[in-house]
Amino acid sequence: MAKQREIGKAGWGRTAFAGAVGFIYFLPVLWIILTAFKTRTDALEIPPKLFFTPTLENFRSVFFRASITSDSSQATNFLLYFFNSIFIAGTAVLLALIIGTLAAYAFSRHPLRGNDTYLFIILTTRMMPPIVVIIPIFLMFRLTGLAGSYWGIILLYTAFNIPFSVWLVKSFFDELNPEIEDAARMDGASDWRVFFGTCLPQIYAGLAATFVFGMILTWNEFLFALLLTGVETRTVPVAMARTLGGEVGVDYGLLAAIVTLFLIPIFFVTFLLQNQLLRGVTFGTVKK
Amino acid sequence: MSIELSQATKIYGQLTAVDAVDLDVQDGEVLCLLGPSGCGKTTTLRMIAGLESSDGGDIHIAGRRVNDLSVRERNIAMSFQFYALYPSLTVAQNLAFPLHAEKLSSNEKRQKVEETSRVLQLDGILNRLPGQLAEGEKQRVAVGRSIIRDPTCFLFDEPLSRLDVQLREEMRGEIKEVLQGLSRPTVIVTHDQLEALTMADRIAVMRDGRIEQVDSPHAVFAQPANLFVAGFIGTPQMNLIPASLVERAAGNIGVFSIGADQQLRLPLTDATDAIDTGSTLTLGIRPRNITLVNESAPDALGMTIDLIEPMGAETLAHLRDGEQELRVVTDWRQAINEGDRVHVQFNRGSVHVFNAKEQRVTTL
Repeated sequence: MAKQREIGKAGWGRTAFAGAVGFIYFLPVLWIILTAFKTRTDALEIPPKLFFTPTLENFRSVFFRASITSDSSQATNFLLYFFNSIFIAGTAVLLALIIGTLAAYAFSRHPLRGNDTYLFIILTTRMMPPIVVIIPIFLMFRLTGLAGSYWGIILLYTAFNIPFSVWLVKSFFDELNPEIEDAARMDGASDWRVFFGTCLPQIYAGLAATFVFGMILTWNEFLFALLLTGVETRTVPVAMARTLGGEVGVDYGLLAAIVTLFLIPIFFVTFLLQNQLLRGVTFGTVKK
Repeated sequence: MSIELSQATKIYGQLTAVDAVDLDVQDGEVLCLLGPSGCGKTTTLRMIAGLESSDGGDIHIAGRRVNDLSVRERNIAMSFQFYALYPSLTVAQNLAFPLHAEKLSSNEKRQKVEETSRVLQLDGILNRLPGQLAEGEKQRVAVGRSIIRDPTCFLFDEPLSRLDVQLREEMRGEIKEVLQGLSRPTVIVTHDQLEALTMADRIAVMRDGRIEQVDSPHAVFAQPANLFVAGFIGTPQMNLIPASLVERAAGNIGVFSIGADQQLRLPLTDATDAIDTGSTLTLGIRPRNITLVNESAPDALGMTIDLIEPMGAETLAHLRDGEQELRVVTDWRQAINEGDRVHVQFNRGSVHVFNAKEQRVTTL
């Protein structure tokens, strides 16, 4: 009800303008999705064809490669790569969220001497461009045998996500009314119960938002994945890059199909958590 | 059971928030900590609760020194200014929250929640979340959550400050009724003197971390210990008039000089023997204890009516004579006009005399 009234208030002109801007932003995505359904000749047509006969051939060739020598087709490894992407990013972001939330609570409620310095140091690890640290990390991973393993890349992504999780979640904890925790203590709650029973439920929306942001960052990560995953643990972005070097030129239809499939999980997560996300990012901007 | 504070002190850096406070609250007694904001009353409450550590002095609850006990071990029920309801729990779950520590069966818990919700008329809203409640309902849930178990004492931080005037009056009565049913020491923090005067058995008036006076509501009002308490308690504020004792006339009559050229004659008491003639004094008189008279008299002051504020049944008149201002409350039927020259007489037994150290010497 309230939403409808607000759209009415903005007026059709403004709504249409906002819609147009939104459309321009969405255009590349739309173009990729359309390309995924085009035949190779349609895909390379200039100007781009808006009306064409859709084909699912590209999606088929993501998972099956036609053999030149026989009629049978051979399965590609993309199913594994998709699993890898979901498993690695999901586990790493979740781990980072758990560790980050605990750390954030400690930083927020039991500040150390020089608390801000520690927080700053945590963030500095994200200030360096990944390319600077990639070689030492690669060497260390080789030495410890972590290179190419699931745990190796998950560990790295977890570390990669922790600073961001700590900072974001800490801001949610800082916004909470401390009286509620005092009240829980007065009501005889243990420290654990204060944390799990009263603090955590208040910031579920914030945790969801942090999870989605972390997911988006990690899902698209390419550089570390390229150097630190092996044949078995390769993620989609890396596998995608490898399809580029074909002997018959770039198969844009195939690439577009991979990207389209690649978008689905992150679309899905964002869509599911949309309401939480909105509440999460606007946390504290509305007076309680 | 009782609460006893001796020399309780709390220091934040340079600021002594609570300065050697001595207090005791008996079983079933309601004590109000009253004072302007920043006077240390909430800090004192939080020290009793264990939410603030002490920097000196002892706190005993039920005969046991609790300085080193955790919040949980003190077993105190406290209700907070902003209610502090758990936003993700329903009203029933909020009420049951303190029972978790008491290891009751779920049947006993349900029974207690039912009892409490009946007392506070929360039956209809047990399944709602705090976000869906009106202010008055939130207040009742907060009170319910503190009275649901049997703690060593009860603490209330500004219980009515968030309610609007009408609701506040209603809740004041309700809370007073609930408090009378409790057989434990209770401490209420408030900055609202009306709240303190109506709900408390005794009032402790605080300023700058110190207790200025602890007394019954009546005594705090009728025999203020010093200038601060006199000025703080009562609305409209007590008139504080700089004066000095000129001479002791025959028949034990004191002649006080007021302002540039006025004199006031008042019968003295034994306590006034301590006052030197000529020393600086302050006379305190409440606006309701002043009578407007037509005739000039030796015990009357001449003043001009500056401003009239009708307040319904009464009228507040601002009088002036030179630098000296005076607030007088009269019956609304009394015919007065701005600009009128009138004479004011101070009622017997209501003129408080404060010495140069701001302490009350006597009441004439």
